[in-house]
Amino acid sequence: MAHDVHDYVRTKEEYEYVRRQRAQEMRHMLTSFAMMIFLTLIAFTAVAAGFSTYLIVPIILLLAAIQVVLQLYHFMHLSNKGSGTIAFFMFSGMFVAFIVILTFVTIIWW
Amino acid sequence: MSSNAQKSGFGATVWDYITSVDHKKIAILYLMSGGLFFLIGGIEAMMIRIQLMKAGNDFLSAGTYNEVMTMHGTTMIFLAAMPLLLGFMNAIMPLQIGARDVAFPFLNSLGFWLFFFGGIFLNLSWFLGGAPDAGWTNYASLALASESHGIDFYALGLTISGFGTLISGINFLVTIINMRAPGMTYMRMPLFTWTTFVASALILLAFPPLTIAIFFMVFDRLFGSHFFDVAAGGNTIIWEHLFWIFGHPEVYILILPAFGIFSEIFAIFSRKRLFGYTALVFATILIGFYGFMVWAHHMFTVGLGPTANAIFALATMIIAVPTGVKIFNWLLTIWGGSVSFATPMLYAVGFIPSFVAGGVTGVMQAMAPLDYQLHDSYFIVAHFHYVIVGGVVLAIFAATHLYWPKMFGTMLSEKLGKVTFWLFFIGFHLTFFIQHFLGLMGMPRRVYTFGADQGWDLFNAISSAGAVFMALGVIIMLVNVVLTTVKNERVGNDPWGDGRTLEWAIPSPPPFYNFAQTPLVRGLDTYWIEKMEGNKEGMIYAEPLGDIHMPNNSFLPVVMSFGLFVASFGALYHPDDLPWTIPVIVLGLLITFGSMLLRSLKDDLGFHIHKEDLIKDREGVKTDGH
Ligand code: HEM
Ligand SMILES: [Cu+2]
Repeated sequence: MAHDVHDYVRTKEEYEYVRRQRAQEMRHMLTSFAMMIFLTLIAFTAVAAGFSTYLIVPIILLLAAIQVVLQLYHFMHLSNKGSGTIAFFMFSGMFVAFIVILTFVTIIWW
Repeated sequence: MSSNAQKSGFGATVWDYITSVDHKKIAILYLMSGGLFFLIGGIEAMMIRIQLMKAGNDFLSAGTYNEVMTMHGTTMIFLAAMPLLLGFMNAIMPLQIGARDVAFPFLNSLGFWLFFFGGIFLNLSWFLGGAPDAGWTNYASLALASESHGIDFYALGLTISGFGTLISGINFLVTIINMRAPGMTYMRMPLFTWTTFVASALILLAFPPLTIAIFFMVFDRLFGSHFFDVAAGGNTIIWEHLFWIFGHPEVYILILPAFGIFSEIFAIFSRKRLFGYTALVFATILIGFYGFMVWAHHMFTVGLGPTANAIFALATMIIAVPTGVKIFNWLLTIWGGSVSFATPMLYAVGFIPSFVAGGVTGVMQAMAPLDYQLHDSYFIVAHFHYVIVGGVVLAIFAATHLYWPKMFGTMLSEKLGKVTFWLFFIGFHLTFFIQHFLGLMGMPRRVYTFGADQGWDLFNAISSAGAVFMALGVIIMLVNVVLTTVKNERVGNDPWGDGRTLEWAIPSPPPFYNFAQTPLVRGLDTYWIEKMEGNKEGMIYAEPLGDIHMPNNSFLPVVMSFGLFVASFGALYHPDDLPWTIPVIVLGLLITFGSMLLRSLKDDLGFHIHKEDLIKDREGVKTDGH
């Protein structure tokens, strides 16, 4: 196995490319950060406005799910190349857990 | 393996195996201990059939019968079928993907030793006051009421061995995702590798619910909690849910690798590419997913309500579709092939009607209203033995014949192999077919005896007679193993002559580094492609010959597992108010965590095999691995 250290100098084009990539990534992060704050605001407003709990709970759960996905993709880089398998396993696990929780809630504890 | 071993004596060989991190040696350990537990479980089965061979028999008392029946199921599922399959996965999967070992060789060894100590712990219950007696499903109301320490042996033993299985599953997943040889895309993986992959994913998702359930059980029984105790506000049904959320995927953890083994066999012995490879792969994945959505079909009579029953009934019936797809693919693989009925192929052909019968009774049970009639009767016993013996055990026997030359370098006798097949196959149908009718005639499962006026005598006697045939088959297989080992006639790379995948391109048994050079894969059935193109070496290479980095052997996995074994004794006797229990728990955990600490702090960089030694090895001069 190669343990040698390679010194590698980027060309100008590569440098520009990486810069553009980073700028774009930053933009995505900021947008999703703004969206998250907005979603949180909606959640707080829903509670403050005093809607029925049967409305508020599903809304908050939905918003939470959206937040988790945003978080995973924009902050934890799930969209990067090579994360496909990880994403597949993670969503499979979530799916199984979801079915379990749904069944428990509906047929044991309802 | 062999030449070193003979040079260095028996004790050294044993030590080499105990400390080994080589997937091929760990596979042999799995095979030996899984085989041992299979024999123990088999003896328990014979005891059950002796007790039930006539009405009012008193060979076993009611209490002992419960223990024997419970230990038979638990041993066969957790300590025989699964480890034997893990053994074949270990032996073959890394070779099929062109890897030098699994991703984490140390963890591989740890997984084995956890399973082993868990199994020993469970079986020690026989000598320490009584075995578990609430069935392999260990339903909570029954289990909490059981007075001996048997259930505690069950709970703690399965916790330890469950960790082992989980570790192995994760290890295989990482191996298959990361260690495939260049060119081995997912859609070029042999089916046994695919089914290992999906079964490992099922292990990853299904074992945590079991661990949680057992954890609750341990706390309820030993440390005064009330998760399942209805009188104290707990809920006994939660055990059933958690158990079956694990339990149904578990049956697929068993059957998917069996499907993989048979897929290999059908292709090899029909001398044909698998028909509908893609469909087989997707059916495997689909079965894996559905497997998690059907568990409540084991609980139709609990009273979940018609809506829940209907949903789970439908989901269960859907699972039969991808299974049917597979059956047709296998039939079409045989169709028009130039079929050779070697022993593995006999098993594979015998598997199809047996498993289909089990699937059909499964769909019958999936109809919730009908299941009110069938549930907890001998019909259920017939169903799951048709799928587990007719599917999984036939696959394990088939794989024993198919892969024996690859694992040990000798060929099991075909003649004795066929005798075993026919004895076992006939005995199996004789034992279990008639149990369908016993069930329909009203015989409940898990009864220790029945009356002469109930009309079940004849069928039970026939069933017991069938069991004798199965036992004879197994004994002849053992004789076969001994004779073959004594004769020791070595075989070449591709002893069946029609190998298709990479494991047949290298010597039997393979050198400890598997591939001197990593192979380059050019399609499905790599070795077949190379053979057809006249490539004498059987592979082309992705890298020049160079030094190979290998991991060192280690004794630590044994120590870590032993620590948990010790701690379990402390936990087990904790409710008896003995002064030494807490210190023993602490001591055991210290051993385990101490050795983990040692492993983390002490660098183990492994060693290199040098290029010159590889060249010498290729020219037939054996090198010493260490
Ligand atoms: C076509 C596919 C299958 C269907 C539709 C099916 C359906 C069912 C149903 C509904 C039950 C519960 C019956 C009851 O207790 O009243 C059951 C029990 C069982 N099945 Fe299957 N099954 C299928 C395949 C399998 C396979 C492949 C295996 C194992 C390799 C398996 C192993 C078992 C076991 C062990 C039980 C009994 C568990 C116990 O109560 O101890 N089944 N099956
Ligand atoms: Cu099931």
